[in-house]
Amino acid sequence: MEPYRTEENTMAKYLLLKHYRGAPAPVNDVPMDRWTPEEVSAHVRYMQEFAARLESTGEFVDGQALSPEGTFVRYDGEGRPPVTDGPFAETKDLIAGWMVIDVESHGRALELAAELSAAPGAGGRPIHEWLEVRPFLTELPTITE
Amino acid sequence: MDERLLRALAPTVIGVLVRRGADFASAEDAVQDALVEAVRVWPGDPPRDPKGWLVTVAWRKFLDAARADASRRHREVRAEAEPAPGPGEAADDTLRLYFLCAHPSLTPASAVALTLRAVGGLTTRQIAQAYLVPETTMAQRISRAKRTVSGVRFDRPGDVATVLRVLYLVFNEGYSGDVDLAGEAIRLTRRLAAGIDHEEVAGLLALMLLHHARRPARTGPDGRLVPLAEQDRGLWDTRLITEGVDVLQAALARDRLGEFQAQAAVAALHADARTAGETDWVQIVEWYDELVRLTGSPVARLNRAVAVGEADGPRAGLAALARLDPALPRHAAVAAYLHERDGDPVTAARLYAEAARSAPNLPERDHLMRQAARLNVLLRG
Repeated sequence: MEPYRTEENTMAKYLLLKHYRGAPAPVNDVPMDRWTPEEVSAHVRYMQEFAARLESTGEFVDGQALSPEGTFVRYDGEGRPPVTDGPFAETKDLIAGWMVIDVESHGRALELAAELSAAPGAGGRPIHEWLEVRPFLTELPTITE
Repeated sequence: MDERLLRALAPTVIGVLVRRGADFASAEDAVQDALVEAVRVWPGDPPRDPKGWLVTVAWRKFLDAARADASRRHREVRAEAEPAPGPGEAADDTLRLYFLCAHPSLTPASAVALTLRAVGGLTTRQIAQAYLVPETTMAQRISRAKRTVSGVRFDRPGDVATVLRVLYLVFNEGYSGDVDLAGEAIRLTRRLAAGIDHEEVAGLLALMLLHHARRPARTGPDGRLVPLAEQDRGLWDTRLITEGVDVLQAALARDRLGEFQAQAAVAALHADARTAGETDWVQIVEWYDELVRLTGSPVARLNRAVAVGEADGPRAGLAALARLDPALPRHAAVAAYLHERDGDPVTAARLYAEAARSAPNLPERDHLMRQAARLNVLLRG
C-alpha cells in the first residue's frame, strides 16, 4: 500500500529490514556455513556493491548489521537496577540488520528491496530472501490544510 | 595548504593561550575556531608565519568570546597585554596537554575525543566522522570532557600509562571515514616519544609501527580479512618494521619491561619471519608468558593458547585453552582453529560457525563464515 502523502514529488525514507528469524522462509534456504567459501565471498561483494551503488545514486542513508545476541530490558522501579531477560531462543522476530534509503517513491523502495533480496546464496543463485520495507513517519509539513 | 603543519601547531598554540591567562577550555575552543578559519583562509592567502597567525587569530577569538561572556554577565574584561611566550616552553605545553586530555577522571571515549581535538588538532567534524556519530554528539562529548577537567591544574604531570591507553585506543580504531586514526595515533605517539623519555612510550610506538607495517597485507582487494599466516609478506612495509624494531630494542635495553614492549616483541618476531613457517613460536610463547605475568589479561592468555598450539602442537594449545572462560571474545574462533589443526574438522566447522555468529565485526564474521564453509565443503567430500 502506498503511504499517504500530501506532496508527491518528495523524497521519502524507508527502512529495509533483514531478519535472522521471523520472515517467511526464502526460496534458496541454505544456512551460510553450508555454502562454499566463494559463495560467501560473492554474497559479501554483492552487498557491498549494492550499498556503493545506492551511495552513487544519492539514495543511501545508513546500513548496519546486528549481532544475533541481544537482551530484553525493562524498568523495574525507582532506585532498582534494570531487569534483563533473554536472549530468547524462541523469539519469533530477530532482526539481522537494516538499510535506510531515501528514494523518490514507494515503488522505488520496493524495487531496491527486491534487488537486495536477489543477493546470491548457495549455488550462486539468488536467495530470494524476504525483506521488510517500512516507511519512516515524516516531520509535520509546513502546509497542512 | 599543509594540514599536517596546521594540526601539529594546535597544541602549541593552546599552550601559548593558557600561559597568557586563558583557561584551558576557552583556549581550546579559540584554537579550534582558529584552525577552522585557517582551513578556510590559508589556501587562498597562506601566512608567512603560520604559528604567529594562529596565535593572533586564536587570541582574538578568545578575547571576543571572553568579552561576549563578560557582557552577558555585566562585567568588564580586562584585555591583557600579550606577553611573549618564553623559549623552550612549547614542548612542555604539548606534553601537559597529553596528560590533561587523558586525565583519569575522563571516560576513555571522552579522553580519546579530547586528545584528538586538542593535541591532534582535528576538527570536531573529522572526529565525529571517524567515530561514526553525529557532529553535535561529538561536540557535546568534547565540551563535557572539558568541563570534567576544568579544575585540573595544567602544570602537573600525570600518569604516562593513561596517555598510552588513550593513544592505543585511537590506534586500534584503525581507519574509518576521512581520517586515518592509526596514522594519527602514530603521529601523536611519535611526538610524545620525542618529548618524554619512557620505555613504554617507546614500546607503544614500536607496537604501532610494527602493526602498521602489516596493514597493506591485512585485507584483500575486496576488503576481506587476510590472516597473518596467509599474508603476502612482500607487502609489509620494511621501513616501518626496521624503525619499529630499532625503537623496541632501545626500549628493551633499559630492562624495564612493560605490556606494550612485550606486545611489540611478539609483533617483531612475526615481522622477523620471512614465511609463516619460520615464525619463532617458542619465543612468542615466552613473550606471552611475560604479558600474562604483567597484565593477567584474559586476552593475553587466549593469544598465548594460540602460540602454544603453534609451538607445542594443537593438543597443548587446546589444553591451555581449556583453562580459559569460554565466554571470552574469540574463544570459539581459537578453539575452531586448534581443533582443525588437531584433525577434527567436524568440531572445527561447528565452532567456526558459532564464532561467526558471535563475531564483533563484519570482516571477522565473513572470514569465520568462510572458514566454516571451507570445512563443510571438505566434509561433504
